[in-house]
Amino acid sequence: MRKKVFGRPEGLKDAPFRFCPGCGHSILHRIVAECVDKLDIRGRSIAIGPVGCAVYAYDYFNFDVIEIPHGRPPAAATGMKRARPESIVISYQGDGDLAAIGMGEIVHAANRGENITVFFVNNGIYGMTGGQMAPTTICGQKTTTTPGGRSVAEAGYPMKMAELLSTLEGSAYIARTAIDSPKNTIATRRLFEKALRYQMEGKGFSLVEVLSPCPTDWKMTPEESLKWIENDMQKIFPLGVFKDKFAGAAANA
Amino acid sequence: MGKIVAVTGNEAVANALRQANPDVCSLYPITPQTDIVQRFSSFVSNGVVDTELINAESEHSAMSAAIGAAAAGGRVITATSSQGLALMWEMLHIASGMNLPIVMPLVNRALSAPLNIHGDHSDGMGARDTGWIQLWSENAQEAYDNTIMAFRIAEHKDLRLPAMVCMDGFIISHSIERMEYLDDQPVKDFIGPYEQVNPLLDLQHPKSFGPLILTDLYHEYKRLQHEIIGRAKNIVLQVSDEFAKLSGRKYGLFESYRLEDAEVALVVLNSAAGTSKDVVDAMRDKGIKAGLLKPRLFRPFPYEEVGSALRHLKAVCVLDRADSYGGYGPMFMEISSAIYQAAGTGSGPRLVNKIYGLGGRDYMPEDAGKVLVELDAIAKGASVKAVKEYIGVRE
Repeated sequence: MRKKVFGRPEGLKDAPFRFCPGCGHSILHRIVAECVDKLDIRGRSIAIGPVGCAVYAYDYFNFDVIEIPHGRPPAAATGMKRARPESIVISYQGDGDLAAIGMGEIVHAANRGENITVFFVNNGIYGMTGGQMAPTTICGQKTTTTPGGRSVAEAGYPMKMAELLSTLEGSAYIARTAIDSPKNTIATRRLFEKALRYQMEGKGFSLVEVLSPCPTDWKMTPEESLKWIENDMQKIFPLGVFKDKFAGAAANA
Repeated sequence: MGKIVAVTGNEAVANALRQANPDVCSLYPITPQTDIVQRFSSFVSNGVVDTELINAESEHSAMSAAIGAAAAGGRVITATSSQGLALMWEMLHIASGMNLPIVMPLVNRALSAPLNIHGDHSDGMGARDTGWIQLWSENAQEAYDNTIMAFRIAEHKDLRLPAMVCMDGFIISHSIERMEYLDDQPVKDFIGPYEQVNPLLDLQHPKSFGPLILTDLYHEYKRLQHEIIGRAKNIVLQVSDEFAKLSGRKYGLFESYRLEDAEVALVVLNSAAGTSKDVVDAMRDKGIKAGLLKPRLFRPFPYEEVGSALRHLKAVCVLDRADSYGGYGPMFMEISSAIYQAAGTGSGPRLVNKIYGLGGRDYMPEDAGKVLVELDAIAKGASVKAVKEYIGVRE
């Protein structure tokens, strides 16, 4: 008698991922689905599919997904959560979506302390449109709109969203993680689960930023991409929990 | 002079922008336009233009930055598509209301929802009433030529209005075709140096842009906007004549194809006009007197000229690659108005409207063929079954 030790989470449809080789989205989709399974919230979860490479979220998540135009998911999530407070609203956004065109929406949703969860995939580049500078592009990084590397004089500094949002009184849980190693990937699942638990417990706005590889637009091999996250991105975007309003209470739980 | 090349529509337009050497380019990527601004970023990076580049955080900000730059004094460009233009909508009115001659290629793409990245004209038609001059282009050559001319038109001292140059997303923007680049210096001479009108920081003549104007003068201001954009017709013709001397390519307010002795005709914008012209030829061979009118200047719309070009026909089909749900297609409404004014009630051609190619659905020669056969029957007395229909639809 063989025992099944590994399988596809119920939160994922039986569909092969169509992301580029080495892309972080497939790992992160799986982690979201695993958390939804573990917390038994599939029947009341609504994901927001972003504009960008994760636009096909509805092809993979085995629960309801709504497509919201670029930048607007936190506002739409606010409406969904207020209309159906018992639902679990998961906004899955990239850096172009969350830190550029949607900067206003994310800041105000966090500041209002909306009881929603945001998974923020930071790969430091506009992936879907083919590798243009993002607000999170690090200084000196070459993109198609900064062919000589991002210069501070012309394009300013990388936007540190976890740090920024953690300064708002309304936010409850803000963390940054990465999927550059098995250790960090396992930690990412723990943080995602915690962020969702905060929403389930009505604790307010939770966001986990993930440093995620984009080998295609970084023009690196998947392996080099992971090293880039470890050696270059993490210098600018340190990992950690930046805010936990209920740290003491959580420790007791 | 000139150089024959094989390039995409985006590459052609990016090179026209390079030759114009603008002072400021504000940008935000969006499919299928992205290729234009990233090519332009390379020109900046390589020092082949003197442009200040602004990587904006959204299209709303990109257009706002363009407005600020143009008001401060300079030749300004940006480019967009679809949702980007929709997000700019508020600022499009500001640019035209402040008489700022910004030039913006618009790579036409469908609007959400459902999300679609392919070519149709919903974006441009949605900006119809924003006070921008609109030039539409069939292919890479026309997009390149229109972009060069757009600077002269927009910056003309009697106009000073923003202009968008439209071409079909993917079908033209991403397809490689043969075209001719003009040499840099003749283009620079043709466009000329940027001349600021009503500059800021002129202490002898202090001024405000876009002040609060309420019931006392707003109405008059808007009438003035209508009168000023109306001047574009003559300016477009003047600039096009000059451009013909430079390039050998003649442009009017619209293109007439075998229309003079035609009995039935298609009215169609952009790339589908190319496909349709072949079908017009084929129909002529079969004895159907077919013709075609391809609008170029859509705003301001040349009603009188289009009306007189079409009034002698027996039946006309207006093909719209955009829709007004619950209404006729946007081009159909213009053509109906033009013909009504030119021919009066009860005379002039019978008119039908076909919606085609939404969200990049292919427009095939057979589609044009079927429409022309239907028009031929209508011209011979058959009744019009439906004024508005969708063609190329999966049932």
